Amino acid sequence: MQISVAIVGSGNIGTDLLYKISRKPTLRLVGVAGIDPASDGLARARDLGYVVTPDGLEALLDLVPGIDLVFDATSASAHLAHARLLRERGIRCVDLTPAALGPSVVPEVNLSEHLDTPEVSLITCGAQATVPIVAALAAEFPIPYAEMVSTVASRSAGPGTRQNIDEFTIATARSLEEVGGAESGKAIIVLNPADPPILMRNTVYVRSPDLERDRALAAVGRAVETVSRYVPGYRLASEPLVEDDRIAVIVEVEGAGDYLPTYAGNLDIMTSAAIRVAEVQAERLATA
Amino acid sequence: MTGERPIRLVDATLRDGSHAIRHRFTPEQVTRIASRLDEAGVYAVGVGHGDGVGGSSYQYGFALHPDEELHAAAAAAVSRAKLAVTMIPGIGTKEHLHRARDFGCSLARIATHCTEADIAEQHIALARELGFEVHGDLMMSHMQTPEGMGEQARIMVDAGAQGVYIMDSAGALTVGDVRARVAAMLAAIGDIAEVGMHAHNNLSLAVANSVAAIEEGATLVDACLAGLGAGAGNCQTEVLVAVLERLGYDTGIDLWTLQDAADSDVRPLMVQPPTIDRDTLTLGYAGVPSSFLLHARRASDALGVDTRDILVELGRRRVVGGQEDVILDVASGLAGASERST
Repeated sequence: MQISVAIVGSGNIGTDLLYKISRKPTLRLVGVAGIDPASDGLARARDLGYVVTPDGLEALLDLVPGIDLVFDATSASAHLAHARLLRERGIRCVDLTPAALGPSVVPEVNLSEHLDTPEVSLITCGAQATVPIVAALAAEFPIPYAEMVSTVASRSAGPGTRQNIDEFTIATARSLEEVGGAESGKAIIVLNPADPPILMRNTVYVRSPDLERDRALAAVGRAVETVSRYVPGYRLASEPLVEDDRIAVIVEVEGAGDYLPTYAGNLDIMTSAAIRVAEVQAERLATA
Repeated sequence: MTGERPIRLVDATLRDGSHAIRHRFTPEQVTRIASRLDEAGVYAVGVGHGDGVGGSSYQYGFALHPDEELHAAAAAAVSRAKLAVTMIPGIGTKEHLHRARDFGCSLARIATHCTEADIAEQHIALARELGFEVHGDLMMSHMQTPEGMGEQARIMVDAGAQGVYIMDSAGALTVGDVRARVAAMLAAIGDIAEVGMHAHNNLSLAVANSVAAIEEGATLVDACLAGLGAGAGNCQTEVLVAVLERLGYDTGIDLWTLQDAADSDVRPLMVQPPTIDRDTLTLGYAGVPSSFLLHARRASDALGVDTRDILVELGRRRVVGGQEDVILDVASGLAGASERST
């Protein structure tokens, strides 16, 4: 059973979504909206035979009836108008911008609690990479404190990230608490300009007074396995280290290379998470 | 001496020195040292976690006392020196700047890796709005060309920075490297902003580099009493002042008070004196952030791997400041490799 989906935003993220969606049998892409007629994303979508418009989301909604879900890959400020438009028309939205209007969602952690909301927010790439680890440990032990450090290649940090560094750390830290289940969370991001560009790397430190090594390692293993099912390039970079009441987990994310280069795992984990949300919605419809 | 702008010395003992003592400064120590520096007549006193406000973490080490307490202690101890706060976007946030101002800071140092100045634009602008004097810091300056330093400095100045520092975080720059960078930055921003130098002593060049920077036209310089700072330490405040006086500069700073503060108040709290040994020399040689030293040594002890091997591999990977989590990774990898080969 398919749902009809559309993309608004023809930049890097929107274009990567384009290629990912085409491989998902339960998602039927019916259009791509952008605002830049010269954008590479719109050109590619057009070449692949999709309905495209450079006149924005509203124009697309008028062109193509029956859209079930829209991926917003634009910006936080643009999302406000999109959210209102989609809500008015009863179309679900998966928000990849930092607007944070809808509930914060990490697939496989808390999506099931938010299946009926008009829109969901995917928070940040750092949240997608680390909340699953924290949540898995929080299911086993009380977690007074969780800290994450995301290190990304400079080349994969565009103006959106650079102008919103604080928003990244604040939103990610909050998600460690609200979605991950830690009492207190901290987030750090570091950009590294090395050439060849580094893969996205996320270190998670979790403190629990009741930490038990084997249970902790098993929980982390399960979390990594779960995420890697929808983000194939997500994996442990090394063995987690347990020291007294602290476990340190390092995961790296290699992108699929659909449109974005493989070092841009930070962007790939967002598009993969977005696709996963849409697939879950499609499954729901199939069983409804 | 010649030049329209006076040389302004910012003492960083209570900020860079934090790295050397694992962020364990107490309000009492801050009060004592800040008041002596104020008495001596330094332009500003930097106080806080080595990695700036918000740095207290597993990643960089937890502080014994929060920055707010240390800032409050320093603010009460000084009457003419400005209180300087360091903030690294990605670690600290704009909220930290508000709080630092509330606790008495009036000079903001906004630091980025030497290729990423644009992530600091909002923070520099906010700091200006909040009434701070604002300097940008370009960290790991050996990893950027002189021309690149000029471009990055321009980004910071366009955002509102009134000075931009060469931060030789790895202590890897030679005297010629420093001269070239100062010249390039002056060419880029010298019309409206100043150039500063922050040296580390891993190659034993901290004072020489600082003097060369000043001779080339830098008018801001960081230094630490008794050289207390990350790695092999920083440019030694009392030595720099003595040398500048011999070179004919009127620093306006009392050398005797600095010496007494260094020997009576700073040396007793050192775990060990800043030393160029095989580990700290390797920081400079391999181009690795000085702040990595104690973390690398701990990993070395835990895994039985030579600290130098860890540092050389970190340098090969071109790690930047803030990436302390890579240390254990590298050390584990080296330990595993040696296990496999035995």
